[in-house]
Amino acid sequence: MSSTDVQVTQEVKQPRVAVSLIDWLRRNLFSNWLNSIITLLLLWVIVSALVRLFDWALTEATWTPVVKNLRLFMVGRYPGEAIWRVQVALALVLALFGISGGIWGGITRKVTSGLVAATILLAILPLSMGTRLYFVGMAVLMALGFIAGLRFPRLLRWPAIALWIISPIVIVILIGGISGLLPSVDTSLWGGLMLTLMLAVVGIVASFPIGVLLALGRRSKLPVVKGFCVAYIETIRGVPLVTVLFMASIMLPLFLPAQIRIADVVRAMVALTLFSAAYLAENVRGGLQAVPNGQIEAARSLGLNVFQTTTLILLPQALRMVIPAIVGQFISLFKDTSLAVVVGLTELLGIAEVVIRQPDWLTVPGGVQREVLLFVALIYWVFSFSMARVSYQIERRLGVGTR
Amino acid sequence: MSEQVEVKEAKRSTPKHQLGEEIIICRDVHKWFGDFHVLCGVTTSVRKGEVVVIFGPSGSGKSTFIRTINRLEEHDKGQIIVDGIEMTNDIRNIDAIRREVGMVFQQFNLFPHLTVLQNITLAPVWVRKKTKKEAEAMAMELLERVGIPEQAHKYPGQLSGGQQQRVAIARALAMEPRIMLFDEPTSALDPEMIKEVLDVMRELASSGMTMLVVTHEMGFAREVADRMLFFDKGQIVEQGTPEQIFSNPQHERTKVFLSQIL
Repeated sequence: MSSTDVQVTQEVKQPRVAVSLIDWLRRNLFSNWLNSIITLLLLWVIVSALVRLFDWALTEATWTPVVKNLRLFMVGRYPGEAIWRVQVALALVLALFGISGGIWGGITRKVTSGLVAATILLAILPLSMGTRLYFVGMAVLMALGFIAGLRFPRLLRWPAIALWIISPIVIVILIGGISGLLPSVDTSLWGGLMLTLMLAVVGIVASFPIGVLLALGRRSKLPVVKGFCVAYIETIRGVPLVTVLFMASIMLPLFLPAQIRIADVVRAMVALTLFSAAYLAENVRGGLQAVPNGQIEAARSLGLNVFQTTTLILLPQALRMVIPAIVGQFISLFKDTSLAVVVGLTELLGIAEVVIRQPDWLTVPGGVQREVLLFVALIYWVFSFSMARVSYQIERRLGVGTR
Repeated sequence: MSEQVEVKEAKRSTPKHQLGEEIIICRDVHKWFGDFHVLCGVTTSVRKGEVVVIFGPSGSGKSTFIRTINRLEEHDKGQIIVDGIEMTNDIRNIDAIRREVGMVFQQFNLFPHLTVLQNITLAPVWVRKKTKKEAEAMAMELLERVGIPEQAHKYPGQLSGGQQQRVAIARALAMEPRIMLFDEPTSALDPEMIKEVLDVMRELASSGMTMLVVTHEMGFAREVADRMLFFDKGQIVEQGTPEQIFSNPQHERTKVFLSQIL
């Protein structure tokens, strides 16, 4: 070091340039006359489109088909006297979310608070008094579950996990009925958002492990396993989802004995799962390839066997790298459930078509297509956007300390 | 075979470490990568407690050779016997040998998604079936031994290269191996971090560990090695004590190589 004593401890801050709004506008939108013209033109287009949209939505549009058919949108033609069973099923799921948010915190807690906010919002909306009370009840239920989870995290941890695992069965029994206890409700009566969510959740939960196995199989050294996985993935990726759905609903019964009848809903679930699994497999494979070979060598040299190496070293690293791609696949699966309408299921989009064709709206000039489709699109958007947000949170959380 | 070794031992100056029975025996080991003959008949044996430094030009097969000892590379011909177990395709043999042989890599290969402590306790818990508590107590002892107990709860990405390599050594030691393999452990390190890793290796050698070290750290070799193997074109061209190799190399290729790196 030189003899001149340099004071290095003095903190040097990056200069923070305060940018006023006018400065920012001038720099980014009006930097020269051409940019100014483009900015003004686009501004005019956006403003006039929004004005037109709001004008239409508030004055011209007929929202009665949406308001009158809310129950149809939510549960389809599910019989009214059994609707309490859907409400109980939803209550069960929300209570579980509440408890889990209390126990685990982090992302679960954020999801729970989002759900509480959603139920409160629904309770404020001008719905029927019974519905609003139900949603208030749900918010309270989640809050109670949350407090319970917060108070007794150790006691409730395992029961909560067990309940999550058996919840799909409980929900199917509640909604579909069980001989002797609950009168059965045929799956052809399931519909609306309820059916959309069931198709999506089953598709997501079932396709994930299958996709991971296919991805691992494709890297296998055994030619039979590898060949099967490659053939499966490439076949499914080579055909449109509609084809797979048709195959499941029309072709499958031809191959099965006449006594075995599988419900349409189940066949659509199987088709969605198999379809999504192929795409997931390719996403996961991308992650697997990104894990350096040295990781596997290190694990093997420590004496971990192939199974341990895969589950403890390879998959945790591979999956976190492809979370955005996986969630993207889940979001597109959620929206793809709308294709189940072509095999006769009345999920959300199917219900939209039913509502549009109702004779009550024949007199409305121009029909009610726009209103109904806009409403359905909004529902799809709310769910897709929420999934994207959760994905972002998971990414941020898992990103800590990995790089 | 063992007589031959005895004769060689007799020629040596006093070994730096207490040597026991032969723990690794390689007879005429061959390996091909496609058409490329990487190992062309390697025959040697290593005795318990011995520190063997392997050096030679890049591509000479020295890394491949030590990787055949824990089956990260499969040899195509010849015989490798580690701690009385012959290396065959039998997966049980391979797993048994891997439990006895620890390995340290050039690129550290720590698991980035696990903390330092989890990196070290993973194999003892899953392979040796220790309780988490036992494994953690031992991991902390090992971290103490390599000089970084305060880093236990950090992730590998938060450590310097030298610290990472010391964690990697601790991770291998946690399996209580009888043999340690080092594949160019300091080649990826900044100069100022090489010493901290070599210090740990020195301490390990003096504790009686059997070590095979691929390295170009000739100072370390001179000081710690009982024997040095010079590899070239897939063969052991020359071997001897560091004194013999440095002051009186027999083979022309050894002389040329040493003149280039010293």
